[in-house]
Amino acid sequence: MSDADVINIINAFYVLSAALFILGIQGLRKPSTARRGNLTAAAGMLIAVVATFFDREIEAIGYVWIVIGILAGAALGTWFAQTVPMTGMPQMVAVFNALGGAASALVAGAELIRLNDEGFDIDVQTAITIALSCVIGAVTLTGSFVAAGKLQGTINQNPILIPARNAISAIVAAITVGLLVYLVVDPSQEWTFLAMLVAALLAGILVSIPIGGADMPVLVTLLNSYSGLAAAAAGFVLGNNLLIVTGALVGASGLILTNIMTRAMNRSAANVIFAGFGESGASVKSAEGLTYRSMNAEDAGTLLAYARSCVFVTGYGLAVAQAQHEIRSLADLMQERGCDVKYGIHPVAGRMPGHMNVLLAEADVPYDQLYDLEAINRELDQTEVVVVVGANDVVNPAAKTDPSSPIYGMPILEVDRAQSVIVMKRSMASGFSGIDNELFYMPQTSMLFGNAKVSLKDLVTEVEEISKSE
Amino acid sequence: MLSIEALIVSILIFVLATFVGYFVITKVPPTLHTPLMSGTNAISGIIVVGAMIAAGRDSTTLTVILGTIAVFLGATNVFGGFLVTERMLKMFRRD
Repeated sequence: MSDADVINIINAFYVLSAALFILGIQGLRKPSTARRGNLTAAAGMLIAVVATFFDREIEAIGYVWIVIGILAGAALGTWFAQTVPMTGMPQMVAVFNALGGAASALVAGAELIRLNDEGFDIDVQTAITIALSCVIGAVTLTGSFVAAGKLQGTINQNPILIPARNAISAIVAAITVGLLVYLVVDPSQEWTFLAMLVAALLAGILVSIPIGGADMPVLVTLLNSYSGLAAAAAGFVLGNNLLIVTGALVGASGLILTNIMTRAMNRSAANVIFAGFGESGASVKSAEGLTYRSMNAEDAGTLLAYARSCVFVTGYGLAVAQAQHEIRSLADLMQERGCDVKYGIHPVAGRMPGHMNVLLAEADVPYDQLYDLEAINRELDQTEVVVVVGANDVVNPAAKTDPSSPIYGMPILEVDRAQSVIVMKRSMASGFSGIDNELFYMPQTSMLFGNAKVSLKDLVTEVEEISKSE
Repeated sequence: MLSIEALIVSILIFVLATFVGYFVITKVPPTLHTPLMSGTNAISGIIVVGAMIAAGRDSTTLTVILGTIAVFLGATNVFGGFLVTERMLKMFRRD
């Protein structure tokens, strides 16, 4: 076979891989077909890697390095996948975004060195794609590591606001672009590439460091998109269409999720990136003079034991208290007593899109009980009891009623439409945004103070007692 | 290197793939958004095929080193991404 034949056959397998990736994502349309989808995509990956082994540009010694790299990556990746707790999923995705970005930048750098070494006169379009692959990859790398650090708590989660940060960021961005242009003009100067790489790495840090912990879902989804774009750019560098297709799919996915997250927060991606939350200086309505009703576990238990319908609204506080299993036990007991149990999940309930769903699935909550924002809002009028655990801003009616509130316009779970609401909270302290919540002072609301896990256990006991005495 | 003709075809492929991605991914329900992200992490590990060529060519010591590191990073994404997605999806069950 000629070299051209081999390349054609490899490319045919790449087409197959690309198709399998798309079919794999399509499998994620339903939980019942999702595992098969994941397996389909994995098959596509296996085909692509095996086909690439037959590329005749790979030298005998090269196979050794490739196998070493794959085995080391397999070991690290498998270890990551088996050990990460479900609460740590956002950090893991952030780290993987970083690795993808880094790999794209490295591939672009290696290609530049090779072309110069082999004496090619690098044309403009190749130089541009190399530069873009490097810059996007580098920004993704450092930006994602900062995001992972913040999510893990190793970096201060509050927005870190450097004085004149926007000016500094603008200067670094200008230097990066300047070096990019210079590299395109004269690609034989490899120091330009190195300097551009450093500037882009710095830019990634500057972009992500001012973003606060609560906005992390937006940053992670955006960087997910960038990691795809970096791979697509590397595909342009290498003239590899499989990389381009896959990178475009990942880029589109990240952008859609970024959109969903910013819409759920009623903000724009630009607003998240350029302004730290709480800087707006909007007036915060004080709750002084308002009274609230507190309830003990016994009363709450009675209310739940006789409820015909109940919606649990869970926020990240539930996962922090590690109380997913307790809420499941309570829901099971109520279901046995004939209560219709649902869970209402706001898009920003966790630390990344869909995070709360995974955390509840881990506690064996069936997925057909998980309702998203719009679906649950349609049910709340006919709901007897809503139990809010570890959530605050996503149920704050001020988002609908108070134009001066910083969260005004954010879509919320309209739990105040239910007959009664039980809010489980440690104390009356306000949420991350420092906003008071009118819901707590409404006539249908009762506060159940205490640690969520302990309170839920108490409720389980109370409902069990009632069941026994009947 | 990339000729202008090839570049234009590649841009066309990029644009079409973005549209395909848009239509396929908007159908993924919020329940599966986390597995979607870890799954896309896995497939963006496809950079491993570009890295394999860079590592395998044996053109300079530096390109082999950079390529091998990129193979390692890409393979970490591939294995980590698919396995953690499988681990999550296994937990999703019906009543």
